[in-house]
Amino acid sequence: MYEGVVQDLIDELGQLPGVGPKGAQRIAFHLLTADPDDVRRLAATLIQVTEKVKFCRICGNVAENEECKVCRDTRRDPSVICVVEEPKDVAAIEKIREYRGRYHVLGGAISPIDGVGPDDLRIRELMTRLADGAVTEVILATDPNLEGEATATYLARLIKPLGVRVTRPASGLPVGGELEYADEVTLGRAFEGRRTLNV
Amino acid sequence: MSAACRPSAVRQNGIVGTYRDDGIVLRTQKLGEADRIITILSRRNGRIRAVAKGVRRTKSRFGARLEPFSHVDLMLYTGRSLDVITQAETVRGYGEPLVGDYPRYTAGTAMLETAERFTTIEKEPALRQFLLLVGGLRTLVDGGHEPRLVLDAFLLRSLAVAGYAPALEECAICGVRAPSDDDDDDDDPGPGPVGGGRGHWRRGSGLRTFGVAAGGLTCKSCHAPGAATAATGTIDLMVSLLRGDWEAADASERRHQVECSGLVAAYLQWHLEHSIRSLRHVEHA
Repeated sequence: MYEGVVQDLIDELGQLPGVGPKGAQRIAFHLLTADPDDVRRLAATLIQVTEKVKFCRICGNVAENEECKVCRDTRRDPSVICVVEEPKDVAAIEKIREYRGRYHVLGGAISPIDGVGPDDLRIRELMTRLADGAVTEVILATDPNLEGEATATYLARLIKPLGVRVTRPASGLPVGGELEYADEVTLGRAFEGRRTLNV
Repeated sequence: MSAACRPSAVRQNGIVGTYRDDGIVLRTQKLGEADRIITILSRRNGRIRAVAKGVRRTKSRFGARLEPFSHVDLMLYTGRSLDVITQAETVRGYGEPLVGDYPRYTAGTAMLETAERFTTIEKEPALRQFLLLVGGLRTLVDGGHEPRLVLDAFLLRSLAVAGYAPALEECAICGVRAPSDDDDDDDDPGPGPVGGGRGHWRRGSGLRTFGVAAGGLTCKSCHAPGAATAATGTIDLMVSLLRGDWEAADASERRHQVECSGLVAAYLQWHLEHSIRSLRHVEHA
């Protein structure tokens, strides 16, 4: 136990995900010995984040205004929506610089065992976006795990009757991997989605 | 004292406690950067919680094998607080066929959560619960029956395995035998109930009183506070599900199936003293 404010700092840092008591102590002592200007900049950024950052009213992505930069960008194709679980998935897809459509962040995946059902996600907002008929394709890019697959199945069942094309990113062998180490499910999906080589 | 002559435990690492078992993955939880804690109901060791390292990475060797609903053959070593999974081979993956059918998926999730709740103590063998879960998932995947019926059958049998089988053929309090359907529909009271006199049961009404807290059916004399009224068809359905009489269960009326699901859910959660969160999301096909 340390005195007053040092212990308060350790306790607060210990609340962060992935930071245990020892880690919190290490970060606290690093901050105590760091350049005061650096620490002030970090503190100011933390305050700015809590004050400025909100969720986009259209897609649910993190934004500094009412709408995120993807929704504000008129060059993005409004006829394609890519549905993802979390804002960090938007960042992952943006990194590939291939996708030019818009996004919709659900805020998680259907997981009954954790008490998360369809009503706890931004599914109603997605259906509202699809109602005007401007969207022709929905890409269901939820995680390729059980909860993500179940969410995709649930959404496909809702969206298909609207006459919108529903797609899902391919699953299969990772680039740079070795075939013998692939598990049965991944290998099965890879064979299911095999394609003709154009040579 | 120099390091060379110190009587230390160098090279005395002890025997690493590895063991092999097969089981159904009940739940996964994220751990750290790329690991997961996997909860498994195993054949020999009951419920195990073990760490699967690096499974969240796309290049993981056994990430997809350790998804909920997978029946896997595992090699583990005993850790200080959690065991560690070193190898995993799929015996049968029930997850793939279930995720494509939302009502079956939600029913299956409720089965996994219930199995976890019934095995409260880690590493306490629970072979009957394990076999029940394997059988339940197999029936669910085969698709021959309504998923909610398969779930209710699993819940009732899990209760029976744990010693909480509801009394469906006699009063849960005094033990007086309930009359059969024929006796119930007939105005003639027929032979007297075993262990008690006539007038213990509501006759000719087609209704029974089911006391969740009392432990099943209750007769007129043993008034159970808060007991629900259920149709005899619902009680018959519960008996069929408990016995595995699928012909009778499949032929049951929809209203009896809905009433049965409600009673079974209430009964289960009362006796478990815990809510099953997945039950709220179970969808009828």
